[in-house]
Amino acid sequence: MSLDTPKFSDLDALYDVENAKVATEMYEDPTLFQEEMERIFKKTWVWVAHESEFPDKGSFKLSQVGLDPVIVVRDRKGKIHCMVNRCRHRAATVCEVKKGKTSSFQCPYHGWGYGLDGSLRAVPYPEQYGDDFDKSQHGMLKLRTESHEGMVFATFNEDAEPLVDFLGPEVCRYMTLFMKQGGGFPVKVLGEHQFSVPMNWKVQLENTTDAYHFPIVHKSFMQTLDEKTEDLFAFMEKNEGWVEDLGNGHSIMMMMPEREDLDACLDDPIEPRFEWLAEEIRKEGYSEEQVKKIVLAVGGPGFNMNLFPNVSFSLSFFRVLTPVAVDKTEIRHMALGMDGGPAIANRTRLRLHEHFQGPMGFGSPDDAEVWERVQRGTRGGEELPILVNRGIVDEEPGVMGPRGHVSSETGMRAAYQMWKRMMDKEA
Amino acid sequence: MTEMTKLDPKALLADVTEFLWLEADMLDRKAYGDWLDLWLTEGLYILPIGDGEDYENQLNLCYDDDKMRRNRIDRFNRGFSISSAPAADTVRTVSRIVIDSAEGDLIKLRAAEHLIEDKFGRQRIWAADLQYTLRVTGDGFKIERKIAKLLNSDGMLNSFSYLF
Repeated sequence: MSLDTPKFSDLDALYDVENAKVATEMYEDPTLFQEEMERIFKKTWVWVAHESEFPDKGSFKLSQVGLDPVIVVRDRKGKIHCMVNRCRHRAATVCEVKKGKTSSFQCPYHGWGYGLDGSLRAVPYPEQYGDDFDKSQHGMLKLRTESHEGMVFATFNEDAEPLVDFLGPEVCRYMTLFMKQGGGFPVKVLGEHQFSVPMNWKVQLENTTDAYHFPIVHKSFMQTLDEKTEDLFAFMEKNEGWVEDLGNGHSIMMMMPEREDLDACLDDPIEPRFEWLAEEIRKEGYSEEQVKKIVLAVGGPGFNMNLFPNVSFSLSFFRVLTPVAVDKTEIRHMALGMDGGPAIANRTRLRLHEHFQGPMGFGSPDDAEVWERVQRGTRGGEELPILVNRGIVDEEPGVMGPRGHVSSETGMRAAYQMWKRMMDKEA
Repeated sequence: MTEMTKLDPKALLADVTEFLWLEADMLDRKAYGDWLDLWLTEGLYILPIGDGEDYENQLNLCYDDDKMRRNRIDRFNRGFSISSAPAADTVRTVSRIVIDSAEGDLIKLRAAEHLIEDKFGRQRIWAADLQYTLRVTGDGFKIERKIAKLLNSDGMLNSFSYLF
């Protein structure tokens, strides 16, 4: 290997589409990682926030687009802006508060002040910059920002297609279905679990539409469920679900097709595990239809959807990945609730989230363990491929792309094909 | 014990210190059956996130009543959870014990916990502020509430295969 032909120049060797084989370097090569940050995270739409996290004029949150720390903020007119958290003078971060409300951002070093839209408003003692200093050329570095269904995405790429085109019609349709877990109320982020895992970001990218691991990795979680709920999660045995390539690297894993559209389930009897909850909500004076809707919302819809490259809709929460280094990735699991809904329903959602998710959940630590084991395993046998070919044998055409068995690795193949498309220099 | 606690604050500090150290030792040895016996049935074991104190209505790392505590220990013990088979080894110290109040059979106290975990040849270090509500019973102290607030509870953590 010579310096002028780095190994990632051979994309076919890194991801072999026909045989669905991923090369070990994909998780291991720091140069490739840097290249991914440039060609993927600086080029495509990256999820940065949910609108409920900064609901008011002047409210903001800190986020990340690839390796770039950004501020997502609503201005006085309610318009959303996203900019790199860096003063144009000498680079200091202008904000270190994770979430809050402000009327402007001021650099703590020399006092340069920026408006909520990132424009430079004030420079102390400006005389020494001369008369031709142009404030309009010294605003914070802005990203393009667009939202869909309350999900806010940003991109450094001025030429990127409109967000809804990048998402595509099927993703947009499923996003609307996913948000029905507001139970008639707006969906609100109630909190988040954060944990870092010593793994490449693509190990996580593969996981959200991987049903194959569920009964193995999450056996100890299943053991703490009652029989009916366990049955709900027995999607591998029932074999009614599917995984489908939704285009542009996105994919859906429909685990419980009977829960694709919560509004279509309103005639179903209330699950025994939630009968007590229904009774509590009835006592608060909600109509029987509302009670059913809210209880269904607490259970959440029956699918996981993975969006390339960094966010997924996972039954009843958002999962966000942030690449940090070739072998380090940060994960956020955001708990969702009903804004203005019954407190008892939101409490139940929180307890369900804590049950599976986060550093002390009954599920996430086992996920984190196997992801780390993948990263550790790739230290040996570099010449061996990673197989994502499961389920190719019985894939059929879906709406946007192939559709396979619920445990098929169709979603991973969708993601890697998009990865390859974006990494291709010629494209 | 109740009588003694009223009379002698130093003796009370020695008693609760002994209790906390025994608990810390149980957790490092993963003697979870013994640990469960330290609890009142109505007890709550909470690892909160951030500064909020409305634990019931906020997202926590864990919010365990008796059933969840037992499920959690069962999960650790049964061998089906890959992150707990084996779990990380831990060594912890509990110190800086301050008794906030001791009235009747109810004692409220705070303490500092430093813990180092070891797994896969790497070590990680954690610090937590502990808050206890203890009841004095005929069977010694029992835990009514334990809140373990990690120093970086609202920051980037790792997954835990043990208790604080």
